[in-house]
Amino acid sequence: MVIYGVALLAGCMMIGLVIGDLLGQLLGINANLGGVGIAMLLLIFVTGYLKVRGKLPEATVSGINFWNAMYIPIVVAMAASQNVAAAFGGGLVALFGGALAVVLGLAMVPVFAGRRSSSSVTTDADESRPESLKTHTAGR
Amino acid sequence: MLQSLYDLVDKYHLVAAFAVIGLTMYFAYWISDRFTRGKLHGSAIAIMLGLALAYVGGKVTGGADGLADITLFSGLGLMGGGMLRDLAIIATAYGVSFEEVREAGVRGVVALFAGVVVSFIAGGLVAVGFGYTDPVAITTIGAGAVTYIVGPVTGATLGASSEVVALSIAAGLVKSILTMIATPMTARLIGLDNPRSAMIFGGMIGTTSGVAAGLAATDARLVPYGAMTATFYTGLGILLAPTVLFLAVRGLA
Repeated sequence: MVIYGVALLAGCMMIGLVIGDLLGQLLGINANLGGVGIAMLLLIFVTGYLKVRGKLPEATVSGINFWNAMYIPIVVAMAASQNVAAAFGGGLVALFGGALAVVLGLAMVPVFAGRRSSSSVTTDADESRPESLKTHTAGR
Repeated sequence: MLQSLYDLVDKYHLVAAFAVIGLTMYFAYWISDRFTRGKLHGSAIAIMLGLALAYVGGKVTGGADGLADITLFSGLGLMGGGMLRDLAIIATAYGVSFEEVREAGVRGVVALFAGVVVSFIAGGLVAVGFGYTDPVAITTIGAGAVTYIVGPVTGATLGASSEVVALSIAAGLVKSILTMIATPMTARLIGLDNPRSAMIFGGMIGTTSGVAAGLAATDARLVPYGAMTATFYTGLGILLAPTVLFLAVRGLA
């Protein structure tokens, strides 16, 4: 049943959030430390386990895939409810501070990713990217 | 007649939001096909449309939730809020290979620490450049450049003035919004086209909404990898900014 998939997803999320919350309390910070990431790992393991044993029927999967496919629309709704006016009305310190953080952060990505692999992947992606992207995003 | 229609949309706000976002997506993909021949992703256009509408909404209402502050569009706040967003992010992990995650794991963790420190330094340097000398203010603005949650939490811990806290939130918002716009534009340049670089990207940038939207606009397949590291970022920032990083600033100032 579809609800099994949704419930599995929701269960992983709640367990992940509880663990993240406990981690935060353990470290004395008033925040959830990686709850969503832990939930993602849980989902990967649990669905992997069920799939190997043939206990993951298509209906269950479609309960997860629906939310997967809703990701981009949800992100668009999120973008539409951001406080954009405050961001760009917050003064130059905020504007430059935020912008510099983005520029430096983006610039550091290839440094940590390593040159060798990134160049090999670029050539490889040049061929495979356009069509695979289209089919993929069309489904979402 | 008009009033009853208005009440109806208000009452069924989430359903109305689904319809509004569906239309926005259709429009965005149409623009993408028609005017950029698919070169600029429909999702990237949709996110920019969303941001533009959020700006208008914020200007019109003076509220903090963009277009969602307009009663007719209040469902957008629920649809794009943290609860459903996180549920959808977790759902993207279905079908991800754990091998890829583990392979990039160490680099992802290194990128997380580097990302918090680099953003903090960026914000702190700009604060110093604008004449701030108080270590509390410099730390709070630096923390704001980490994420818009780390800023106010750090400010509250250190006792920063409300003006500085507001600045730190604004810095974090700028970071998040610029990430949404700049990521699809620079993705090729920084090699953001595989799970490993996506995990590093999530760790370097960290602001969840920015990473979530930036990757969605670049290549939706990369979302789970980037989101996985980014989800630890704010917690790590809250851990480091008011403690180690504050002590470092005080030592230098």
